[in-house]
Amino acid sequence: MSEAVQHSRHTEEDAKAMFGFWVYIMTDCILFASLFATYAVLHNNTYGGPGAKDLFSLDFVLVETLLLLTSSFTCGLAVLAARRRDKKRVLAWFAVTFLLGLAFLGMELHEFSDLVSEGHSWQASGFLSAFFTLVGTHGLHISAGLLWMGIMMVQVWRRGLVRFSVKRLMLLGLFWHFLDIVWIFIFTFVYLMGAIAL
Amino acid sequence: MLGKLSFDALPKDLVTIGGVVMMIASGLLVIALLTYFKKWKWLWREWLTSLDPKKIGVMYIVIAFVMLLRGVADAAMMRAQQALSVGDSSGVISTDTFQQVFSAHGTIMIFFVAMGFMFGLINLIVPLQIGARDVAFPFMNSVSFWLFAAGAVLINLSLVVGEFSAAGWLAYPPLSGIEYSPGVGVDYWIWALQIAGVGSLLSGINFMVTIFKLRAPGMTLMKIPMFVWSVLGSMILVIFAFPILTGTLALLALDRSMGMHFFTSDFGGNPMMYINLIWAWGHPEVYILILPAFGIFSEVVATFSSKRLFGYKSMVYAIAAITFLSFVVWLHHFFTMGAGANVNAFFGIMTAVIAVPTGVKVFNWLFTMYRGRIRFTTPMLWFLGFVVIFTIGGAAGVLMSVPAIDFQVHNSLFLVAHFHSMIIGGVLFGFFAGITYWFPKVVGFRLNERLGRYAFFCWLSGFVLAFVPLYILGLMGATRRLDHYDASLGWQGLFIVSGVGVMIIIAGIGFQVLQLIVSIKQRRSNLDTTGDPWDGRTLEWSVASPAPVYNFATVPVVSERDAFQVAKQDGKAKLIYEDIHLPKNTGMGILIASCSFLFGFAFIWHIWWLVAVSMLGIVACLIVRSLDEHTEHTIKAAQVKKLEAISRSAAA
Repeated sequence: MSEAVQHSRHTEEDAKAMFGFWVYIMTDCILFASLFATYAVLHNNTYGGPGAKDLFSLDFVLVETLLLLTSSFTCGLAVLAARRRDKKRVLAWFAVTFLLGLAFLGMELHEFSDLVSEGHSWQASGFLSAFFTLVGTHGLHISAGLLWMGIMMVQVWRRGLVRFSVKRLMLLGLFWHFLDIVWIFIFTFVYLMGAIAL
Repeated sequence: MLGKLSFDALPKDLVTIGGVVMMIASGLLVIALLTYFKKWKWLWREWLTSLDPKKIGVMYIVIAFVMLLRGVADAAMMRAQQALSVGDSSGVISTDTFQQVFSAHGTIMIFFVAMGFMFGLINLIVPLQIGARDVAFPFMNSVSFWLFAAGAVLINLSLVVGEFSAAGWLAYPPLSGIEYSPGVGVDYWIWALQIAGVGSLLSGINFMVTIFKLRAPGMTLMKIPMFVWSVLGSMILVIFAFPILTGTLALLALDRSMGMHFFTSDFGGNPMMYINLIWAWGHPEVYILILPAFGIFSEVVATFSSKRLFGYKSMVYAIAAITFLSFVVWLHHFFTMGAGANVNAFFGIMTAVIAVPTGVKVFNWLFTMYRGRIRFTTPMLWFLGFVVIFTIGGAAGVLMSVPAIDFQVHNSLFLVAHFHSMIIGGVLFGFFAGITYWFPKVVGFRLNERLGRYAFFCWLSGFVLAFVPLYILGLMGATRRLDHYDASLGWQGLFIVSGVGVMIIIAGIGFQVLQLIVSIKQRRSNLDTTGDPWDGRTLEWSVASPAPVYNFATVPVVSERDAFQVAKQDGKAKLIYEDIHLPKNTGMGILIASCSFLFGFAFIWHIWWLVAVSMLGIVACLIVRSLDEHTEHTIKAAQVKKLEAISRSAAA
């Protein structure tokens, strides 16, 4: 098979994967939309317990948000480096992204464990069930993203930046930015609007 | 160690034990036959690990047919119970079993029969009709299928170990909550659907990308066959609706297993939110099933009328309109919830409006037949039966779109008769037409026409006898899910007629089994040697029957609608052979689905260590697969030429 044919076949493959991944992200959007709607319905159903205003610390969540936004930026830098086939920078920027993501996840788990230890677990009210599920689902996605990132880093480190891994790094980047956007919605609807609620 | 699982989970009542014995006996028979004929290796190599969408399609249809037998057995039990359980008699099965039976019947028929036939036909035909050699993501396709199979195994396992849900096919809370359904039945329901549902979602993505990205050169969107349009509409609905199902089932599972309060009636939960969420998936689901059936009828009517489809563009717009409108009608499933007159009026009007594009389609089919050279083959008979039943059922639906009328017939047998008209008369008849129509393309010989006609007339007359009485009973006030009623109501006669109807339907299924056996025995006289047994119009008929593994030796170039019909009139195109790349077989799909099955089973019985182990198993499988770079094999051009010569000479 001639090189040109091989090349066009690969471009086609990549376009297919990219489009498929966008469609997958759309389905994930709808999953989150269902959870946001659920939270919207239940956010006042505190069953006599404390509500969003009493429970959440905006300073803490702001730090979380900044960590995740920065990680999105470094992830973008990593993907740019991958396009230039710059292996060292790819690994370095993904390592930074990974650590920022891990820090975000650690802070989220810390927030969860504080809430539970103070007696505000997911069993306390419909509001808290919805809160833990919405934010926790985002956290699960972040965990999956970190696992994926770890595997990709090992792969890039061992095999270098072949066509195959560059495409996957771009998909990973897409996934990571998507999680960032979801978090901005969580930050706005759950925390900010919770803080100003009457 | 084993969570809630113990020997108490084994069945105790006679009806269930009978079912289990039959299931195990038929399983053993299959195993014995495979061993006797030494077919295990063949089964594994040629079928179970195959990534060929045509083989995956056949496997979908086999499972769907087996599940159809199970669903019909449930239907027969319900009909027997309602015909006999009058006054002093308490019928044949206990109230509790009856509740499990109607829940299982609905769940199995929608998720494992209708969805199975649908994805089977899509796998078989969509790549062939768009001139593609494969689907967009062949490995993901295999995973989808095996997840569907894992869900089917899980739902059958509930018969043997534990119990099934008694909360109806959509498991409304608070009844389905842990407080009122403390057993494992609802958990079986949740996990069987969750696993199969994720498979459907992946299929939705796969076929949408396939249709958008893999069409033959020149086949613009307005030139694709109508079946492909209908599948595109259906897959868009899958992509928008199934994430809602995944989410909703997860929330119900969290309520039941983690003590959360989404849908409980205390602690600030909101049961009506579940009803909204589940129907925001459930209504589009109805159209996910019916759209491909519409597509099949469009192909069948055009072919057997020897005319091009009337009003292609209006058909496409009708599909698009139905796709959109199906998302703004969900509330008509619970007008009685009390959302208020204005909300009900909006959803009532939208529901009535959706009948317009559907009506456009019916008229288009009839105009296609008008002045055509109609051949009354079995697929055409299924179409004619469909038009009658579907139109009557549809009119009943429009009637119920008026909230004031819906208040009278809500939850009555009138409703049951309505949706069976749509699902049997519409969806199932459509899929039967499709299976008969495309059977020669897949296996290389036609089905016996005479037995097919017998099966059709049994289904048609059985349907009328079984469901017309239910329309009448519903208007007389009989509610659905009744396991006993008073003799003075005077309903028994109609229920007996309905029972007779089900027996005739069972005879129809018997004829279908017989048709398959006889057709295989007499295959030499029914061979499809041309690849084009019906004078077809679309690309799937341009290749040999059975279709080669690579579908097209030379990818066709398309310039018109009904591409093959045009090509036949213009004479043959020149054949140039090239290397063809196809995915290698892999057992990873089965492995992932097996882990998912264990995950569901462990979650149902609260065996937490197994939940963790099977989860790790899934992740490990995905990682191993993602690192494998040698997933393709190549058929050399010379080899393709040889294969083509063999199949063409066999044809001549």
